[in-house]
Amino acid sequence: MKKKISILIIFFVVAFAIALEAGRKESDEYSLLLATPLKLTIPKGWPKPASDIFANNPLTEEGFQLGRKLFYDGRLSKDGNFACASCHQQFAAFATYDHDLSHGFHDQFTTRNAPPLFNLAWSRLLHWDGGVNHIEVQALSPMTAPNEMAENIDSVLQKLRKDTSYQRMFASAFGSKMMNSQRMLKALAQFVGSLISSNSKYDKVKKGEDKFNAAEQRGYELFKQRCNTCHKEPLFTDYSFRNNGLPLNDFLKDYGRMRITGNPMDSLKFKVPSLRNVSVTFPYMHDGRLYSLYDVIDHYSKGIQQSATLDSSLKKGISFSEDEKNDIIYFLHTLKDTTFLNDKRFSQP
Amino acid sequence: MTMKRKFLENYFLWFAFLLLSILSSFQQSKTAAANDSFVKIIFVNNIRGNKVILNDSTYTNSFAEKYTITKLRYYITNVSLKNGHANVKEKKSYHLIDESKISSRVINFSVPAGDYNSIQFLLGVDSLHNVSGAQTDDLDPTKDMFWTWNSGYVMAKMEGHSPDSKMVNNKYEFHVGGFSGPYNVLKEIHLEFPGKVIHFEVGKRYKIFISADINTWWQNPHDIRIAEHATITTPGENAKNISDNYANMFHLEKVIPE
Repeated sequence: MKKKISILIIFFVVAFAIALEAGRKESDEYSLLLATPLKLTIPKGWPKPASDIFANNPLTEEGFQLGRKLFYDGRLSKDGNFACASCHQQFAAFATYDHDLSHGFHDQFTTRNAPPLFNLAWSRLLHWDGGVNHIEVQALSPMTAPNEMAENIDSVLQKLRKDTSYQRMFASAFGSKMMNSQRMLKALAQFVGSLISSNSKYDKVKKGEDKFNAAEQRGYELFKQRCNTCHKEPLFTDYSFRNNGLPLNDFLKDYGRMRITGNPMDSLKFKVPSLRNVSVTFPYMHDGRLYSLYDVIDHYSKGIQQSATLDSSLKKGISFSEDEKNDIIYFLHTLKDTTFLNDKRFSQP
Repeated sequence: MTMKRKFLENYFLWFAFLLLSILSSFQQSKTAAANDSFVKIIFVNNIRGNKVILNDSTYTNSFAEKYTITKLRYYITNVSLKNGHANVKEKKSYHLIDESKISSRVINFSVPAGDYNSIQFLLGVDSLHNVSGAQTDDLDPTKDMFWTWNSGYVMAKMEGHSPDSKMVNNKYEFHVGGFSGPYNVLKEIHLEFPGKVIHFEVGKRYKIFISADINTWWQNPHDIRIAEHATITTPGENAKNISDNYANMFHLEKVIPE
């Protein structure tokens, strides 16, 4: 009897050792058994995301928290001054508040307006020109751009490896304290991809929990008639690339989507931005040239520049009376999601 | 001891034994199978048969333009060896051949013993891995072969100097990429073994030498003159033209037992 039990014990010890060894080799899958799984909640009534951004990057609490720490860490930049969060501020829906262009390394300007970050799972292509085809590789662009964070990825990893809190967090997110670009980028994608804004007054009205006032209601009706083609509900964008009649800036010479596709038909086309949280993401347009919502509406009323690639829906502009302008701006303010702007889960850890 | 207890004990023993055998077979499957042959695929970069020497040597292209090479890298992926109609594919087959790193020019590949007559691979990274997010190993973006502003891999890269370049410091730079549409630069390469079929024996080691003549980049079918095209660093027609040229660079020299 005793002999049998000891044989049994030996068997189990050996089996356990082999299992551990197998687990170590397959470390990613093994560790995920230990991390706390999270699920991206799709708000009710919303379409399915364009692609499953977490298909090869299982969302976990540990991965999300690591991504959050990285997002707010200046060490991702060359001189330590530029965290992701320095141009993507939570109170501005993760855009840069009150800046047409943002500031980067050595007092340089960026060449485009920092877009707000939310609901990115629905956006198949990222950046104003759609040049980035996956959320995991997006962060490479600002981190390595000489006028933004100006750093190289190997050097970032060297800095992070020295920090014992990162060693712990990489281990709990990915099973070992090994740090490589893939793990760092996947963690960042978990945080940024989890930023969902879906609790504005508009959303509450849609759910029957709140009511528009008279001006907001008039603005909403106008919006549905004149803006909804491109800024499609409920995400308030159709994620297409369009030329909305802005003249070329002679200094920046930014032709938008054409730089990516090489197709002249894409000249001056930029991604249609979501209007959610639009009251805190000023200034507007890809280069931040329009300061207020009034300026934007004036542009559509009387500022459209005709060109070969101008969007067909804008050939005649979209005219608004002064009262209509006010109404539509009242409505746009209902898209501000204060729950999202103040969500502690997304704030600096 | 009752019958029931004895049965239970045996049951546990058998269960433990079963678990152990499953786990050890799982372990075995990770190492090379017993009937494998071991193949080393060796890439030899050269200029018309002369070995490439980075930085120091000066070469002359078909247009009498002199040039040096400071950087030379290309991706070899999806490697497979053909065995009759069967195709033995290498798993996780992504290799960055970098002239400045000797070890990068060798690909180790275990295949079941048997008759083989050709090797096939992709020059460049398949389109799927250009759109699948952050990768590791030779596809790690820290290898400086990934475009951050227009997601996608640089499939092949050559840099150097030439007095015919009108660019700063007489530099020329070719970063060749683009994985979709009319300017897709991916090239499928198929090379027959010189003696047709070669038998790989169990447990034996073999070397496959593939030479890559870098001088092919400049001509046939498209003329690429440094004076006209010193920098080609975005996807498009020029990149496609270079790739049409360098698709002809490989030649299978020999397959020999080690």
